[in-house]
Amino acid sequence: MDSNSLFYSLELVAGSGNTLNVEQRTALQTSLVILKKNYKFHRVLFWGKILGLKEDYFIAQGRGEDEMKDKKTLYSFNCMDWMLLAPATDSVIEEVSKTAKGRFVGDPSYVYEHVEIHRPGGRDDAIQEEEVVTKVNEESRLAVTVHRIDEEASVVPRGAYLKSPHGLVQINRSFGGLSHSEAGKLDNFLHFTKAKNLKKKSILEMGDLNPAIDFLDVLSDDIPKGSWSLQLECASRVLVLRSLLWPGLTFFHLPTTPQHGHIYIGDGRKNLDLPFML
Amino acid sequence: MESTDGNDAKSGQRLKSAAALKSFMLKSSTESKLNLYDHLSRVLMKVMDEHPDNAVDVIEDVSREVKRGLFEDKQSTLRDLPQTTATELLAEQQRLLFSRPEEADQEEELMDTPLPNVSEVAFYLEQAGVGLGREEMQRVFLALKQLVESQGLLRCRLWGKILGTESSYIVAEAEYREGEEEEENTEDAAEDEERDVEKEMNPLPQSAYRPPPTVPKEALGTGANKFAFYVCKEPGLPWVKLPSVSPAQISGARQIRKFFTGTLDTPIVSYPPFPGNEANYLRAQIARISAGTQVSPQGFYQAGEEEGDEEDEAPRDSFEVNPDFEGIPVAEMAESLSTWVHHVQHILQQGRCTWVNLAVKPGDDSNEEGEGEEKEEEPDEPEPEVGPPLLTPLSQDAEMLNIPPWTSKMSSVLTSQHALAVLRSNLWPGAYSYASGKKFENIYVGWGLKYSGEGFSQAVPPLPQKEYPSGPEITEALDPSVEEEQVLKEALEEQQAAQEEKEDTDDPEEEDDD
Repeated sequence: MDSNSLFYSLELVAGSGNTLNVEQRTALQTSLVILKKNYKFHRVLFWGKILGLKEDYFIAQGRGEDEMKDKKTLYSFNCMDWMLLAPATDSVIEEVSKTAKGRFVGDPSYVYEHVEIHRPGGRDDAIQEEEVVTKVNEESRLAVTVHRIDEEASVVPRGAYLKSPHGLVQINRSFGGLSHSEAGKLDNFLHFTKAKNLKKKSILEMGDLNPAIDFLDVLSDDIPKGSWSLQLECASRVLVLRSLLWPGLTFFHLPTTPQHGHIYIGDGRKNLDLPFML
Repeated sequence: MESTDGNDAKSGQRLKSAAALKSFMLKSSTESKLNLYDHLSRVLMKVMDEHPDNAVDVIEDVSREVKRGLFEDKQSTLRDLPQTTATELLAEQQRLLFSRPEEADQEEELMDTPLPNVSEVAFYLEQAGVGLGREEMQRVFLALKQLVESQGLLRCRLWGKILGTESSYIVAEAEYREGEEEEENTEDAAEDEERDVEKEMNPLPQSAYRPPPTVPKEALGTGANKFAFYVCKEPGLPWVKLPSVSPAQISGARQIRKFFTGTLDTPIVSYPPFPGNEANYLRAQIARISAGTQVSPQGFYQAGEEEGDEEDEAPRDSFEVNPDFEGIPVAEMAESLSTWVHHVQHILQQGRCTWVNLAVKPGDDSNEEGEGEEKEEEPDEPEPEVGPPLLTPLSQDAEMLNIPPWTSKMSSVLTSQHALAVLRSNLWPGAYSYASGKKFENIYVGWGLKYSGEGFSQAVPPLPQKEYPSGPEITEALDPSVEEEQVLKEALEEQQAAQEEKEDTDDPEEEDDD
């Protein structure tokens, strides 16, 4: 969520159970402003918190000109000193998904190991076993987790972001918020990543869409269906979307106002048991 | 004079052409019934009124605006019915939370209230980084007050919130009032009567299968049923009491992994089939979470003084507040787990807190099997299940799945003199406890599911049962072929002949030469 709106939006997502205490909030307000100046971001977001066994990571994200592509992620332990995370490339993602299992430990230099035994040459007696050891440290696991959560679970309301004809994705300054009836439908919420399903839509559907606004995937197309929980909280004033695939991700929106944002507070593990649980 | 005449003539001509132009402009258009003269005068009046910047550049827009403004909307005689949104309905209901009863005496307020100091608890929880947000907590506590007043409970506290896919549950824990009875007894009695009637009319063949005996429920006020739980969806909506939990439901809940939907009567479709609906599943999970994560500083509670013989193996299930407790410094509490103890009984494998020996057969059965049978055939008595006794420190909690069961820290590093010790459970994500001096509290906010490691694999249905043990008497064998039969026949004849010979030789008769 945007650092400018931090002081009131934390109350709105607190329905999921986790908030930040006053000390952390004030520290964030100071340090995020300094961060914005140092890295010359256009906007700084407080992305969330990943809970580890010994320590918790606070994650912030800075956005540049293009909201979708210019992203930089930073982490901290005390909301004051921030360290930059390397962007996650495909090879790192692959390594991490093979190697890192279980909870986050809380120490960025902790190394996860994964040993694979390759047996080339069939089942002959003379087997040469090669042990392939993949090592990954927790910092890259953190970067990959943040990247995956952003890809699979970041939500924006329809109309909040515009795509200019040059391909630049920017905030829509005249977004007035979804109306009450629109906010109740999952169709009006979009994933904030590169669209994968747009080409699969029929021409009839595309006729109703506005290419400046509808360049993202709709949440209701997610598989499995039902992996998002839409609720009204805080005496039914705030619309809250919770992801069941990444438990801990909460998105809030106040209907008829332009306020929205999402935050992730959880242990950074995908809920692969979801099909059993619905 | 001529010039003036000339001028007059010219101006007369000009006037004529002006009049002609004006009449042309006043001609109303065939399409829109407007005329140019009126339109231009309106546009210029608008420009006079508004004085726009760069008027010449925006004059076309102004003209279009004027034309649009003339279009009269055909107003329908229908008006929108003001629809009450969900927000407004809820606001009406929550308004009742804020009403004070007029009969509240001043004296009542000074007595011990059944609720803890709500604002203090909310403040400490916020320090710990848990909670529902300040306003929501306030609403929840007002709803708790309403619950206490409506049900007349002795003691009540906020247990926590369980998130669901469509709506969430706010759970309150209360002590049972004395003299409460189970409501389900009448249902069981009715079923028994029906079964008896059926037996008399149609004596069906009885199957020899006896299902394993069900473990009996624990009585209200003991073990897993020590407290009563009430849930509501939103503060202000009516509270519903959850039924008491049975051991079968606890073992069922241990085997399945399901999200809650938010409506209490949803059926739970799972394998192995869960005995009950969502209300029972919720109650079972609440019991498991309480047993696993409700902790207090060591020394706050002490064992009840009225103890029976110490030879009794029954775990003690009563404790009282220790009046001499002086609070443990916060730094110590955050560092070592042995300063915290569980104050809720552990649930055994059986599903209860106190073990029940099911192998003891009731008197009727042994008579049916015949009086001749000796008691040697009774199976060995199963070993009693024992759990850790009440008030065990957390340092003895077993490590599961390679993670420590608890994570503890101080709530603030910068102002550690006034910080709290915060304990977070890793087995039940969402369970938090805080302690500061003599004050402590437990709360659970989460999905109601246990940490299950990497993957949850559902129980596999058992293999289909074999109908009959296969042995040589019933296995099909191939019929012998003709040659084999002939060979067998010849062999038999030879045998017979040999036998006759033998008999003949025994008799003192003529020997036959063969």
